[in-house]
Amino acid sequence: MDSTVTTGTEGSVWGGGNRPLGASYGKMMMWFFIVSDALTFSGFLASYGFSRFKFIETWPIADEVFTHVPFFHGNFPMYYVAFMTFILIMSSVTMVLAVDAGHRMMKNRVIIYMFLTIIGGAIFVGSQAWEWATFIRGDYGAVETRGGRILQFVKADTGERAALADFAATLPETRERQESRNGIWFESEGSLPTYSVEEVAEGLRANPNILIRTEQLNEDGHKTVLNREQTLEKIKDARLVVEGANLIRNEYGSRLFADFFFFITGFHGFHVFSGVVINIIIFFNVILGTYERRGHYEMVEKVGLYWHFVDLVWVFVFTFFYLV
Amino acid sequence: MAHDHKLEIFRGLLKFKSNTQKIWGVLVFLSIVTAIEVALGITKPAILTHNTFIGMKILNWIFIILTLVKAYYIAWDFMHLRDEKASLRRAIVWTPIFLVSYLVFILLFEADYIYNVWKDAYISWNF
Repeated sequence: MDSTVTTGTEGSVWGGGNRPLGASYGKMMMWFFIVSDALTFSGFLASYGFSRFKFIETWPIADEVFTHVPFFHGNFPMYYVAFMTFILIMSSVTMVLAVDAGHRMMKNRVIIYMFLTIIGGAIFVGSQAWEWATFIRGDYGAVETRGGRILQFVKADTGERAALADFAATLPETRERQESRNGIWFESEGSLPTYSVEEVAEGLRANPNILIRTEQLNEDGHKTVLNREQTLEKIKDARLVVEGANLIRNEYGSRLFADFFFFITGFHGFHVFSGVVINIIIFFNVILGTYERRGHYEMVEKVGLYWHFVDLVWVFVFTFFYLV
Repeated sequence: MAHDHKLEIFRGLLKFKSNTQKIWGVLVFLSIVTAIEVALGITKPAILTHNTFIGMKILNWIFIILTLVKAYYIAWDFMHLRDEKASLRRAIVWTPIFLVSYLVFILLFEADYIYNVWKDAYISWNF
């Protein structure tokens, strides 16, 4: 019968003394954050799946969108994203090696591996920025119809995509970009596309080799190409020339595609960026000997958990954005 | 913590001598899986894209399963879940699995319904 208040609760179950999960407070909280962040990303990817299933017959084909590799010309679907994935997995490996070295109290090894991890993260963020820039610039150009559908162009003889520059006519037009300095201060507009709708339509009529490709996917999973008569009929619906991508419209197809691309890869890129910043902080702490004095390298393990989580999320983003 | 790593993967089929070796082993495995994914993504074998299972292409099922396999090894070996207590592991893993499965189920079902509305009802969107 122990009716007095005891303060020595270390060994007692009821006093909260034991540790059922066997993890330190900091590590538990990191896991807490990771689980909640995983749910956030799941929400994004699930809503991407929602939009994709909703427009299952008209969704853009990722292989045709992400075809560029820096310093190389040509059509290389997926190679660069695969490279980015490999970089991120690689930096995950150097991170886990840093954690392992930390367990064995090998300061210099932790420094080297942390450094490599930071480099890997930086390469990934840089690649992501390049991927964004390429996506925003676009490559072929397209027109948008009255109903907001995207029409792309192909060459009839080869079946290759045709860029607007390949066939658009040059008409003597006087349409100039409206800038605030030319008129009333609130009247200005964004940059005009290289060609007007009339120029594209005129070039299309003059060039019998050009056909329109609609968003509709056929049974083989390819986009539907119209014949010449349908093409000439369809171009009458064109209202806007679209070059590249922004949050409102993009030349690749469904508007939501670009929105989700910017949002999900952007959110992930932001995580990688903050991961790099946190890694740098820990890196300097390791150099200064903070954890040597503390007697353990658990802080490296905690940022390691975050870093692996970023890698884990990318594995899913890679699958659902680029592969499926 | 420092010296009690579990060193076998594939349910004991492959046992490594040290934690460092295991890390490299897992990297090799993850790289192979990624290479398979990319190869399938580029070639897109017709037999896998023309056959479906529960309304989705076999190829996409393969991608999703391979992704989950990769996620498992990242979480188990890189994030050391293999070395944590079973209670912590289960709390971390099953909570999102339950919530995400539920969310995905309702969202995709709803999306498919809306797809049918767009397709069959008197809504004009392709003009």
